[in-house]
Amino acid sequence: MSTATHAFTDSATMLRRQLRHMLRYPTLTLTAAGVPVVFLLLFVYVLGGILGSGLGGPSGGRDAYVNYVVPGVILMTAATAAQGTAISVAIDMTEGIVARFRTMAIARVSVLTGHVLGSLAQTLLSMAIVTGVALLVGFDPTAGFGEWLGVIAVLVLIIFALTWLSVALAIMAKSVAAASNMLTPLMILPMMGSGFVPTDSMPGELKWFADYQPFTPFIETLRGLLMDTPIGNNAILAIGWCTLITLGGYLWARKLYNREPTQ
Amino acid sequence: MTTDLGHPALAATAVRKAYGDHVVLGGIDLDIPTGSVFALLGPNGAGKTTLVQILSTLIRADAGEMRVAGHDVVRDPDAVRAAIGVTGQFSAVDGFLTGEENLLLMADLHHLPRRERRQCATDLLARFDLVDAARKPAVTYSGGMRRRLDLAMTLVGRPRVIFLDEPTTGLDPRSRRTMWEIIRGLVVNEGVTIFLTTQYLDEADQLADRIAVLHQGKLVAQGTAEELKRQVGGGHITLRFTDARGHDYAARTLDVVSRNDEALTLKVSSQGTCGRCAHCWTGSTAPRSPWTNSRSTPPISTTSSSR
Ligand SMILES: Nc1ncnc2c1ncn2[C@@H]1O[C@H](COP(=O)(O)OP(=O)(O)OP(=O)(O)O)[C@@H](O)[C@H]1O
Ligand SMILES: [Mg+2]
Repeated sequence: MSTATHAFTDSATMLRRQLRHMLRYPTLTLTAAGVPVVFLLLFVYVLGGILGSGLGGPSGGRDAYVNYVVPGVILMTAATAAQGTAISVAIDMTEGIVARFRTMAIARVSVLTGHVLGSLAQTLLSMAIVTGVALLVGFDPTAGFGEWLGVIAVLVLIIFALTWLSVALAIMAKSVAAASNMLTPLMILPMMGSGFVPTDSMPGELKWFADYQPFTPFIETLRGLLMDTPIGNNAILAIGWCTLITLGGYLWARKLYNREPTQ
Repeated sequence: MTTDLGHPALAATAVRKAYGDHVVLGGIDLDIPTGSVFALLGPNGAGKTTLVQILSTLIRADAGEMRVAGHDVVRDPDAVRAAIGVTGQFSAVDGFLTGEENLLLMADLHHLPRRERRQCATDLLARFDLVDAARKPAVTYSGGMRRRLDLAMTLVGRPRVIFLDEPTTGLDPRSRRTMWEIIRGLVVNEGVTIFLTTQYLDEADQLADRIAVLHQGKLVAQGTAEELKRQVGGGHITLRFTDARGHDYAARTLDVVSRNDEALTLKVSSQGTCGRCAHCWTGSTAPRSPWTNSRSTPPISTTSSSR
């Protein structure tokens, strides 16, 4: 059998392993969805009235704010799920099982691909939960079938990017706690972009950061697809960022993983 | 040395490894015939794990030529990996999966055909007395069960050369003997070659065709158990104890040359003493002796000196 076939079957095996973990411990998926749901409810019910009026739309108030905030909350799910990925990769790296994999004639990177593909499934599921809750609290997207497909495609790209990045960070971290901490800033990024309030309302330097960080084009692309707001060049920017982060994260993770283990 | 068992399963010359200034392995030569058991004996920090990790392609040596199962460790690590099985010092099981799932995972990674993989898992579970625990997550296993699962996982790909890093450390005397039986069975029934490390002289004595003692980065003694005993014959062994009770008990039981109550050491004649000390270590002759029930690990270390 060729190396390519091995890489494929071994990755599939490792994916099955991750899915088993996920089914055995559904709390992992629920936790990834839990934090964004809490933020959603908090922002919609506690702050939504005021923030919604500030948006200046025709209806204003809470109803308008739900529709505004959902893309940001969905991306927050990508960030919390990436943290979950980092934790499970870090657990793997500190346990002996990875040492065993390293002494076996298997496609090396398959351990990591398994994690990434498993996380992709898990994150999409968490996002579905978050979206479900959003629909219950009044989220009313304009998206048709085609737009929803677009939403899923964009989310898959974003999840890939964030997951490969978190895999690399987790291998670098060398401990479970450090891996978890390293991913925390990722959860703040949607808030420091256009996720919760328009960047126009932010003071100078923060606005500059918000406009140029990757989460803003991510959010604007999603918002455009879901709510029919103008997307402009945000889609191109989002795809560019995703490609860059995925490639960087993948190469970095692979390099770190192939490096000699030290304990 | 004559090897009429064909080419060696493992051959190494001048293997070196240092961490910074600390030379862990200072030129190790090995020649292990196919179908034999080799035991590497050494105290904590001697470099046993380091040598196993180098030979099993986990880490790179600074220098040295190594061939395992006929393949060059440095140039062709994947060929080596396909031929070996490794049970490391620390448990290498997936705790979130059940025992059975762990074995099936190994079967999949070895690309066993669909039908064989189930059979293989079922056989190994039975052989390692894990049938009742097969459907429970490995995190719930006791240390001994984990160790057995660990070894079972190593056997899935039918490796020709097996590395066992301290396979019985932490096992109770009964599990220990079970493990020995399994290891002997592997050699007799399947003709595999085994490289094991241990801190216990009696374990090496029980299992190994050849024993090497690793001390300060060098193999200071090598040979069969008999040859080793002859080498240290006429010499003395210093036994060091961690508690006074054990020290006192041993002083009354063994042929003591000299005794130091301050440092809790005993100097004994090495002639014929090894076997008896070894028994004390496992507690097989004196199950209630003070040094078997005072601690779970043997509280003595030995250093031998000629003359
Ligand atoms: N990654 C590392 N960096 C620095 N020093 C190391 C590293 N790995 C091992 N060492 C050192 O190498 C020496 C040998 O370690 P090794 O684990 O091989 O010993 P061992 O014989 O297996 O001991 P034990 O019986 O305790 O398992 C020790 O002094 C250890 O501190
Ligand atoms: Mg060791």
